[in-house]
Amino acid sequence: MSEVAERGPGRLRRLVDRFDLRAMPYVLVSPYFLLFTVFGLFPLGFTLWVSMHKWRLAGEKEFVGLDNYGFLLTNGNFWNATYNTIGMFVMATLPQLALALLLANALNKRMRGRLLLRMGILLPMVTSVVAVAIVFSQLFSYRYGMINWGLESLGFDRIDWQADRLPSWLAISTMVDWRWTGYNAIIFLAAMQTIPRDLYEAAAIDGASPRRQFWQITIPQLRPVIIFVVFISTMGGLMLFAEPMMFGSGRYDGGAAGNFQTIGLYIVQAFRERNNYGLAAAAAWLLFMLILIIALINYLFTNRIRGNK
Amino acid sequence: MTHTPRRGIRTALSATAAAALVLAGATACGNSDDGLDADGNIVLTVQVFGGAGFGYDELVKQYEKDNPGIKVDYQVVTPDYDNEYRPNLIQQLDAGSGAGDIVAVEEQGVGQMMAMSDYWVDLAEYGLDARESDYTAWKWEQGHTLDGKLAGLGTDVGGMAMCYRTDLFEQAGLPTDRDEVGALWADWDGFTELGEQFAASDVDASFVDSPSQLYNTRMIQEAGNADGISYFDRQNDYVLGESAAVRTAFDYVAELSEKDLVGNFRSWTDEWIQATQAGGFATMACPAWMLGVIIDHAGEENAGNWDVAAIPGGSGNWGGSWLSVPTQSPHPAEAAALVDYLSSPDSQIAAFEAVSNFPSAPAAQADPVVADMTNEYFNDAPSGQIFADSVADYRPVFFGEMHSAVRGAVEDVLFQLVGGTDDPDAVWTAFVAAGQEVVDTGV
Repeated sequence: MSEVAERGPGRLRRLVDRFDLRAMPYVLVSPYFLLFTVFGLFPLGFTLWVSMHKWRLAGEKEFVGLDNYGFLLTNGNFWNATYNTIGMFVMATLPQLALALLLANALNKRMRGRLLLRMGILLPMVTSVVAVAIVFSQLFSYRYGMINWGLESLGFDRIDWQADRLPSWLAISTMVDWRWTGYNAIIFLAAMQTIPRDLYEAAAIDGASPRRQFWQITIPQLRPVIIFVVFISTMGGLMLFAEPMMFGSGRYDGGAAGNFQTIGLYIVQAFRERNNYGLAAAAAWLLFMLILIIALINYLFTNRIRGNK
Repeated sequence: MTHTPRRGIRTALSATAAAALVLAGATACGNSDDGLDADGNIVLTVQVFGGAGFGYDELVKQYEKDNPGIKVDYQVVTPDYDNEYRPNLIQQLDAGSGAGDIVAVEEQGVGQMMAMSDYWVDLAEYGLDARESDYTAWKWEQGHTLDGKLAGLGTDVGGMAMCYRTDLFEQAGLPTDRDEVGALWADWDGFTELGEQFAASDVDASFVDSPSQLYNTRMIQEAGNADGISYFDRQNDYVLGESAAVRTAFDYVAELSEKDLVGNFRSWTDEWIQATQAGGFATMACPAWMLGVIIDHAGEENAGNWDVAAIPGGSGNWGGSWLSVPTQSPHPAEAAALVDYLSSPDSQIAAFEAVSNFPSAPAAQADPVVADMTNEYFNDAPSGQIFADSVADYRPVFFGEMHSAVRGAVEDVLFQLVGGTDDPDAVWTAFVAAGQEVVDTGV
């Protein structure tokens, strides 16, 4: 009787142990995969399905194969949006990453009020993107903007920031940079602090200048983090939406001649303004592929970082 | 004892099921399918838009008192009709749930809504076709679907006037009295002349706020005076490029831009709001509901600086709404009765008193409460009379299914005219193409 009673719990414990060992890891990571399936994989697949239809809400849904893709790839406005997106991505991201690196390097030095300064550069990050965009659109306003007021008092002409391509790109890139430079700098800074001090000390003893230390030690050591940051920036930069939308006063067409319409704006315009879910879905898939391609190019490029010589 | 692990699995399963039920419950209790509350009352949801809504708070209380067993849930969903309310409503119609028992439809989207005939209850089935005599022909007509169903009853109407800054007019040496000003710009040539005089003075302001408002006013007048066709013909074919009304209005804006009379202030932007306050422009086409917007934007310090005169060319309309009942409503008969009540001339007067939405029913417009309305902020302008006059001989314009999307796109192109650096012919080509793009990418 007592033997039986003891056998039960012993067996149970073994089973629990086995479960703990084999299955528990899967249980613990499963929430992510479940959520990813529901909110990541399913929408992705459903978007692909929708993109092959002429699909409108409260109206017909008709299978059209690759027609939507064909339309987009021969559509001037979509290419215009692609051009703007890549243009603004380059204009915003390159200086942003360079600046973030320099900023991180500076903050990595011993100085007074270090913590305060480090927190300070994160502040733009916690500001709502809409608030940022409102403030910046005011700064860049044509008639009542502070920047034009400054230009005029210095004897230059006012710039109509919305009317031409380059000024509008510049204005939007400024917003993006203001918000994300600090974020990237903090990531770089965290990585820099893991670089062993002895490397620098040894280099210093060998007579390497701080500048040389930066290029020969810091940058190569940061390689994985640089790749990560470039990835994140590529995704964020190519999905640019809120800043150009707010800069254009909440409209999706990116200015009178579409100077700053991004693919993000094009997608939302297609389904909110024109009730064309099929086209929007196709454009979203093309954007997805564009991000993959550019991320791959960036990866090949950043992967070549070495401490040469 | 050997069944213990299985009990574990069963526990896990039931926990999962419970979680699923909670999730399902959370989505299901958003709206009950039978439209009844716990006490068995019929609940009618009324969804409208706008910053101030439709002014139905008091009316709704009265209706509940007069109709025991009916509760009304009056919701002002969002101030933003075109970007939020309209797309959301379309999603709800498509999903078959979520839309109110009564929903408001605005002029901007009436073409699109009326094209979706299947989703609307035919109000004539509930005897509301008897209300025809309450309305002008055009307001009545636009509440019908393409296949002739009565799907919406009119509430308010925009009407048109021209708002102007008396202080800037005075600085420019122009008359400031509204009758005198209205007589000088009785037609658009008069408006141009006054504009030229204004520009010749050295007042640092634009004569008109933006190309788009000027264009829309002129276009809607011209179209009304012709066959009522603007961007789409009655078969919903895109005819913007061939429309004489569109071309006339476009050329007029190009002409004024050439003379440097048109400002670059896009409606609803911060810059436009600042200019309304600081005197960045001297005139602005304004529908009835715009008076409240000006008071709000220009503030107390500008009281008396703004005035209202008749619109050049005599008539026009911008805005106005209809009430409709989606077929997904579980109580179409009760909803139709409430539509009848909320859109009655008396209710229109009450709504006008509450939030200044100008009535669409001629009987309500003629009511002393409305007709004798003056506006203190605008130097006691007889705004009730001015707006009633502007819609008295207004002739309807047809709004195609994609009218509002085309309108948004072509309006934007107009801003290329401002500054006078662009060649109007090139802008015209871009203007027609922008509308065509909407037709190509819309479904």
